[in-house]
Amino acid sequence: MSYTLEVRGVSLRFGGVRALTEVSFGVKEGELFSIIGPNGAGKTSIVNCISGRYKPTEGHLFYRGKDITGLSPNARATLGIGRTFQNLALFHHMSVLDNIMVGRHHLLKNNFLTGSLYWLTGARREELEHRRKVEEIIDFLDLQSVRKATAGTLPYGLRKRVELARAMALEPQLILLDEPMAGMNFEEKEDMARYIVDLNEEFGMTVVMIEHDMGVVMDISHRVTVLDFGRKIAEGDPAAVLADPHVKRAYLGEEDEMLVDPDDKPAAPECAA
Amino acid sequence: MAGPTLIPAGDFRSTYAEDTTIFPTTTSRNMAILGIVLICFAPLVFSGYWLSILIQIGIFSIAALGLNILVGFTGQISIGHAAFFLFGAFTSAYINNNFPIPVFFAIPLAGVVTALVGLIFGVPAARLKGLYLVIATLAAQYILLDFFSRAEWFSGGTVPASANPFSIFGYTLRGDRQYFYVVLAYVVVSFVLVTNLMRTRDGRALVAVRDHYLSAEIMGINLTKYRTLSFGLAAFFAGVAGALYAHYQLVVSQEGFGIERSVLFLAMVIIGGTGSVMGTLMGTAFVVLVPESMEWLSHWLKGGMIDKALSLNTNLTFLREIAIGLIIIGFLMFEPDGLAHRWRQIKAYWKLYPFSH
Repeated sequence: MSYTLEVRGVSLRFGGVRALTEVSFGVKEGELFSIIGPNGAGKTSIVNCISGRYKPTEGHLFYRGKDITGLSPNARATLGIGRTFQNLALFHHMSVLDNIMVGRHHLLKNNFLTGSLYWLTGARREELEHRRKVEEIIDFLDLQSVRKATAGTLPYGLRKRVELARAMALEPQLILLDEPMAGMNFEEKEDMARYIVDLNEEFGMTVVMIEHDMGVVMDISHRVTVLDFGRKIAEGDPAAVLADPHVKRAYLGEEDEMLVDPDDKPAAPECAA
Repeated sequence: MAGPTLIPAGDFRSTYAEDTTIFPTTTSRNMAILGIVLICFAPLVFSGYWLSILIQIGIFSIAALGLNILVGFTGQISIGHAAFFLFGAFTSAYINNNFPIPVFFAIPLAGVVTALVGLIFGVPAARLKGLYLVIATLAAQYILLDFFSRAEWFSGGTVPASANPFSIFGYTLRGDRQYFYVVLAYVVVSFVLVTNLMRTRDGRALVAVRDHYLSAEIMGINLTKYRTLSFGLAAFFAGVAGALYAHYQLVVSQEGFGIERSVLFLAMVIIGGTGSVMGTLMGTAFVVLVPESMEWLSHWLKGGMIDKALSLNTNLTFLREIAIGLIIIGFLMFEPDGLAHRWRQIKAYWKLYPFSH
């Protein structure tokens, strides 16, 4: 089977700390794929490996059959991999509009020479064309009222949305979302979940998402992979993963297992062992 | 509460082109054009002393503008800017003296050569940040100054190099009155170029590198390229300004372009407002005018009551230096966003007056 993104035997060590140990999974074209796991399980580490922030100690990453393990982060953006960050990483002193325009960087062709001569070199025309595209994203994410605001002055929920807009502006085929709903209230989560489903279904992007909110993950994911202590412990469709005994143990600990689901017979022997 | 853009009510834009103009409103654009037209009459109105101050402000503002690209927009730092300024001055004089290239072309050419040198010194910037970068640029300052002392073929060694007056196609411009227009043209063109740069792809990339380099890289921005590029751009404007200075003074010497001049350039950027194109002009005017006004003050105090009571007469020049230092410290403490920010506040106040909330 050919995957859009394939993670093959990736290990990541920082000195003696094993952040990831031989993690492998594949994401199919057009899939909405979630990575879950307790805190410190290595979810963000694996996303950092995919986006190029970290270089895996062992293993390889393939994007559309091409080995991208050694590529720089900016080269991966050009290939069509976009991402958002868990802790907000906007350009705080720029306007929302400029933040999103930065996402168009690899699609724009003007440079410091043609850009400086703005009117004479077609840079103006090009900027305006891309502005139109950016406005489509602004429309989609309902950011019209803040497009001229400085990103650093926006409330948290909006900043998360601006970050999504910026990642979308790259026109990625694969988008990595690192906890897109962290710290949001119920309505904001609902909106964000809708945006993510639209990204996947309307814009046809393959989505890899890290999220702690199980309700959202189970509702919108096509497949889920579970990490614990840097190892993959389960993978499959949401219902199957939720029923997996390893997952329960990772999340709930051994003691509580029987309390949560007393009918879950298969889990009991493993628990004893 | 004042909005972030200060657009008057009822001013709607119906095309993206209208929304991407240099000036936020037609009034501000017309005011700027009016300002340029009025300043064109300066040589007819002002005496030689005032004209020379205006020319200085113009030349130094171009160099400070370059430094603002580096410090304000890209978030790096350089305390070797004066060396690039001087390099541009020597280069333009050298090109003009040794090749059949008129001054008109020698000035931009000196800018390009200085930019290349800036790119070389910018290479460490790709790896170094903060204090380490300060030391690296300090090294650039001393390496270049040492080069000027040793390379007599280039700089004339201990004897100042001579530079020819500005000429275009055989017509020579002489004196402050005529040179004023040359500087004015360069100032306008430089400020327009940088404004354009900052609203297009590479300008945004520079600011992105400043604000959050990790996510800039994820957005497809090559950090090494843009960090080095900002040094090249800064050096280009320093070189052009230096060349303008050379053909204004008609001699080029190292005198007065040591580290303290680099720090003054930095002060212009900080006082004007880091990351503000127009602020650079204000900051430069401020830094040039403060010593002058201290000069007037000391003249005024000389022989007066205060002078006699405190026996200042011998120390007035030192007081001048202290005053400049105090003003810079005051700016850092009370106006860290610079004059550009204060100007915006004043505009916001008058726009909403008398209902300021």
